Amino acid sequence: MHIMEGFLPPFWCVFWYALSAPFVIYGAMQVGKLFKEHPERKLIMAVCGAFIFVLSSLKLPSVSGSSSHPTGTGLSAMLFGFTVTSLLSTIVLIFQALLMAHGGITTLGADVFSMGIVGPAVGFYAFLLMRKFKFGLGPTAFTAAVLADWATYLVTSMQLALAFPGASLWQSFSVFAGIFAITQVPIAIGEGVLIWIFFDFLSKSRPKLLAECLGGK
Amino acid sequence: MDDQLKYGLAILAIVLLFALPFFVNPSAKFGGADDAGSRAIQTQQPGYVRWILPLWTPPPETESMLFALQAALGALVIGYFIGYEKARSDISKIKEGPHDKVNNGPEGKDKRKD
Repeated sequence: MHIMEGFLPPFWCVFWYALSAPFVIYGAMQVGKLFKEHPERKLIMAVCGAFIFVLSSLKLPSVSGSSSHPTGTGLSAMLFGFTVTSLLSTIVLIFQALLMAHGGITTLGADVFSMGIVGPAVGFYAFLLMRKFKFGLGPTAFTAAVLADWATYLVTSMQLALAFPGASLWQSFSVFAGIFAITQVPIAIGEGVLIWIFFDFLSKSRPKLLAECLGGK
Repeated sequence: MDDQLKYGLAILAIVLLFALPFFVNPSAKFGGADDAGSRAIQTQQPGYVRWILPLWTPPPETESMLFALQAALGALVIGYFIGYEKARSDISKIKEGPHDKVNNGPEGKDKRKD
């Protein structure tokens, strides 16, 4: 989902920065507040950030014959909501843009929007919805993580289609989604299984903390 | 099912899921989707020129080192947490005492803190 440096025209660079910034700023405020009110959750938040670090560095082979990386944002989205996840994702994306030339500073706004905002938001709301309908914690965590991953790549496809509509927006979207969304299917499922394992572990190891984080969700 | 067995099977399933592509698609190159996306821009808008280049592009060896470093940092934190939890549960088991004791007294009862 990384759009490489210079591959978004200046208009879209500014557009996505403007759209993403409020979420990241609000997320930073949320993190500050959480650290003050619930210092015991710092370690879990570090673990959530660590999942994003590990999973977004792994370029995995897909049955489509290409490789892509998971996002790891589902866990954080479920436990801390999607604005906190926006901040954590931004940190990872800056690290990759500056040190690895993976993604870029001009495309950071767009990458944060897909990986840090829409993906986690989809995971977060899928999680709330499934909890409301009394699905078990396991299947819910799996589904939310898969959707957070997959939605990220759909957004990237849409961002590229908007910037490079070619013949038509829809035609362009199908070209980019053909690359990103299909490769991502097995990768998102693998990520879902991993996050389910960790969620299951957490529910046994820290039932109280998990219940507090979920706060009756 | 025992938790360890359950997690073991789930991890095995993940490994198989990512080994499968090499059997299904042995001749594929497994190039990165991010790069394929960048190339597709040229077909959607031929002649598009990148208006800015990365400030710094690491040599391939350094790049793979940095990706490994990124994963290692994350794994360090996750491993720390799992070890911390294991020790915590072991200590609370010792504090509770052996389970065959009938008379634990009021203090012996569930001292476990979350």
